Amino acid sequence: MKLKGQTWEFQAKPRILASATVVGPEEGQGPLASDFDYIYDNLEINEKTWEKAERKLLEQASQLAVVKAGLTKEQIQFFIGGDLMNQIISSTFAARTLGAPYLGVFGACSTSMESLALAALLVDSGAAERVLAGTTSHNCTAEKQFRYPTEYGSQKPPTAQYTVTGSGCGIVGKSGNGPVIARATIGRVMDLGVKDPFNMGAAMAPAAADTIEAHFRDTGLTPGHYDLIVTGDLASVGLPIAKELLQKAGVPMDETEFGDCGLMVYDRQNQTYVRAGGSGCGCSAVVAYGHLLKKMANKELKKVLVVATGALLSPLSYQQGESIPCIAHAVALEMED
Amino acid sequence: MPASTKKGAKFSLDNLSSQDYKSIAQKHEPKRSIFKNCILAFLIGGGICLLGQAIQQAFMALFDMSTKEAASPTVAVLIIISVILTSCGVYDKIAQVAGAGTAVPVTGFANSMCSAALEHKAEGYVLGVGANMFKLAGSVIVFGTVAAFFVGLVYAIFGLEGVHHQ
Repeated sequence: MKLKGQTWEFQAKPRILASATVVGPEEGQGPLASDFDYIYDNLEINEKTWEKAERKLLEQASQLAVVKAGLTKEQIQFFIGGDLMNQIISSTFAARTLGAPYLGVFGACSTSMESLALAALLVDSGAAERVLAGTTSHNCTAEKQFRYPTEYGSQKPPTAQYTVTGSGCGIVGKSGNGPVIARATIGRVMDLGVKDPFNMGAAMAPAAADTIEAHFRDTGLTPGHYDLIVTGDLASVGLPIAKELLQKAGVPMDETEFGDCGLMVYDRQNQTYVRAGGSGCGCSAVVAYGHLLKKMANKELKKVLVVATGALLSPLSYQQGESIPCIAHAVALEMED
Repeated sequence: MPASTKKGAKFSLDNLSSQDYKSIAQKHEPKRSIFKNCILAFLIGGGICLLGQAIQQAFMALFDMSTKEAASPTVAVLIIISVILTSCGVYDKIAQVAGAGTAVPVTGFANSMCSAALEHKAEGYVLGVGANMFKLAGSVIVFGTVAAFFVGLVYAIFGLEGVHHQ
């Protein structure tokens, strides 16, 4: 691994051996439905509590990824995971089921790429041969913990986002011909004073812009190097803000396609309840591990930069009037010729 | 274009002030349609009150009650309707359109208690339902009582007498 600024350039070609995604019914009604491995028809995921439902998504996605990689769960040397729940209980309980040595991480909705970057680092450095990275979120656990009871009648503003019910996992190793994790940029915490938890896109946009700018500064590449750059969950408010910030900072994003997982996962015309778009740990995870990897396997995309964005607030910090600290981690996935 | 805080400096996220950022961000935020929301809140909230009035009139006509006697069963019926709609997962969808229209009437109060009770049943009846039922409604009760106390104080100081119904 070569360190350039805040970017890791992996030398030993860590790859994604296999990935899996499991989602809820609303994601199953979205435009990416055919890219997911399993779609539940009920929001309860056949469980008694929302928390158990969120955990089950991760348990199933991880098991599915292991099977798809042609491995057994005993061959997974480390599991790196995280989620939005207090004390990241969903990942921890899923790790209990998986039984692999476990590193719990918290990066809010940026956890998908934080865990993948760390998994790639472990494999690249020789510290491990097969590492599972994954994350999960559930709309109702997030509502319950961060906002109001799910059935409470509050009017959400048009800037509000909708937490994705879903889990995505990837297994990183060195064999096969899956996409190479070429490099990863670890973001720093950005806070430009946005306090409204119903406007996460605006809160997170500076973090995304900062990490993208750092990525190109560190690597010497330009956006045109990638076929697609996607942010995690900036949605319809945050993405244009990030575009404007990057334009002002002189990063030529118009060289490539610049999108957002939160805008891809739902059909916002028909699923109007999602307001500005999707969010949550599962948002970038299911889009990256489901949709984007499938497109890469089909050779429709060759080089993709996924910039997962996370709002690192807690209900307590918000109630005490603090602004929302945000972060973004970028991982570059590249298919070899 | 908002100037960066350091004079003459090239645009950089590092020296972008929160004020300058706010003006960039605000351009991209869809506005809440306050006028439309007010109209919808008025119509739906008014509709709930009209329904309440109809229920009250029905109690008065069918059970030969006075206006005052019919008040309590009317509220109870509205609460039951709200609880049923909350439990069926409908109330929050109406509220997205109605806003204050469904929050202000007694049905909104019932929804806040019922939704909290439903949500926290997973943590058991004591630590979950019992402890969380007033999570949202609690502040209405606390500040309602505090407000009533001060209004009472004003009445006592100025020698005003409340109207006592016999």
